[in-house]
Amino acid sequence: MDRIDFQQLKSGEVNLGTSIMAVQFSNGVVIGADSRTTTGSYIANRVTDKLTHVHDRVYCCRSGSAADTQAIADIVHYYLQMATQTTGERPSVHTAASVFQKLCYENKDGLSAGIIVAGWDKEVGPSVYNIPLGGGLFRQPWAIGGSGSTYVYGYCDATYQDGWGRDQTVEFVKNTLALAMARDGSSGGTIRMCVITEEGVERLFIPGNELPQFWSGSEVLAAPKTKVVLDPQVAPMVVE
Amino acid sequence: MASVFSPPGFDFSNTLRNNFFAEKGVPLPKATSTGTTIVGCLFADGIVLGADTRATEGPIVADKNCEKIHYITDNIRCCGAGTAADTEFTTALISSNMELHSLSTGRKPRVVTAMTMLKQMLFRYQGHIGAALVLGGVDATGPHLFTIHPHGSTDKLPYVTMGSGSLAAMAVFESSWKPNMSREDALELVKTAIKAGIFNDLGSGSNVDACVITASHTEMLRNIEMPNERVQKERQYGFRRGTTAWKSEEIRSLVVSEEVTILGAGDAMDTT
Repeated sequence: MDRIDFQQLKSGEVNLGTSIMAVQFSNGVVIGADSRTTTGSYIANRVTDKLTHVHDRVYCCRSGSAADTQAIADIVHYYLQMATQTTGERPSVHTAASVFQKLCYENKDGLSAGIIVAGWDKEVGPSVYNIPLGGGLFRQPWAIGGSGSTYVYGYCDATYQDGWGRDQTVEFVKNTLALAMARDGSSGGTIRMCVITEEGVERLFIPGNELPQFWSGSEVLAAPKTKVVLDPQVAPMVVE
Repeated sequence: MASVFSPPGFDFSNTLRNNFFAEKGVPLPKATSTGTTIVGCLFADGIVLGADTRATEGPIVADKNCEKIHYITDNIRCCGAGTAADTEFTTALISSNMELHSLSTGRKPRVVTAMTMLKQMLFRYQGHIGAALVLGGVDATGPHLFTIHPHGSTDKLPYVTMGSGSLAAMAVFESSWKPNMSREDALELVKTAIKAGIFNDLGSGSNVDACVITASHTEMLRNIEMPNERVQKERQYGFRRGTTAWKSEEIRSLVVSEEVTILGAGDAMDTT
């Protein structure tokens, strides 16, 4: 290949447009993603779960081709289960990330997958690994990915601080994703987050109508005159 | 002597012939595509699947009443959109493998098993098998509904639509689906969604098929609604005997003599 191809999705392939991120804090990691999957301009799934379990304390965030990343995550999940049984102990986050890297690098011509691996292990504690399109492995204190990430590099660089606790990190992830979803057409829907610590994994969910609001231009454009009241009342859907 | 062994994978030896034809001005015939509107929806007791019944070959309707809801196991069914041959053979293969798997594990088959088999096969063929499926069923772990795209990605949702009429059907679902509906409400919703596809999408048409799957029992409702029955023709277009003049008439039976010898055990299986 003479040039690096960016986001080469075949026609008809389902695309995880996406905004994903993972941030390390004192005793764990917070990972988050939007919930939109698109096929061209149609939203195939508006409540996708892009935070995929590969092991008890290791999750991955998926961006790029839905088929490719689901297949890769399934293979890694299988591999880590086997490793747990053969070694008798939990695999480290670095091991999981290395398996992802091997698959992404060795099949780079046929895959379109940008993955962020994050989790907790007892050797190192919390860690975040970014595996972009070419299949390189980069350990970072915080990582963002997907098409929506390009709009929030500035916000993240300006806001991130070392030494945060759980709640501040969750706020950071939530605000970053909300900003990315507001500007990127391929990201949207709801925010899903996981907080992974030694104790366990806590799932958080923010529905689309409760996203943090930023500048909406209401001072410049006229504020809405009528408030929309849904009739009958819409009951929230049970989400798995 | 020609070998009867054929190597695994696709056989591309006809491409030479196809290229020759294309040069001579004879284009490849379009594979039968099911155009299609297929849907699935979760309700209080299980799953309702729905499909239209039109199969197209380019702009022509090849089959006005085809069956798009395929059997996987007794408690699992799969609607197929995309290339008709691909959906037919893929679902038949997985159905066969599911039965073998169930016998081998000694357990009732599960929807996730069928989903995993389908997605791994479609991913292996990198989208060349044009099968877009709505897989639904009720197993020991409860009711499940999945959508599977030709490249092998899957989504697990409470209501799904696929095919060229999916946008029309999804509009119906998005405005009217509620959790924990009754069987009657769910069936009405599915029928409305399929009809939206039938009347607003050119690739879908004819009748509505449905299938209701619950923990105890699966019911196939073939042609549950037929909103496109042909009206009675206004006139009789037959030709009266004598329209064409004839001079003489001779009727011959083509069977001169017939002798039937029953071999073996007749219709029963021959175990000799």
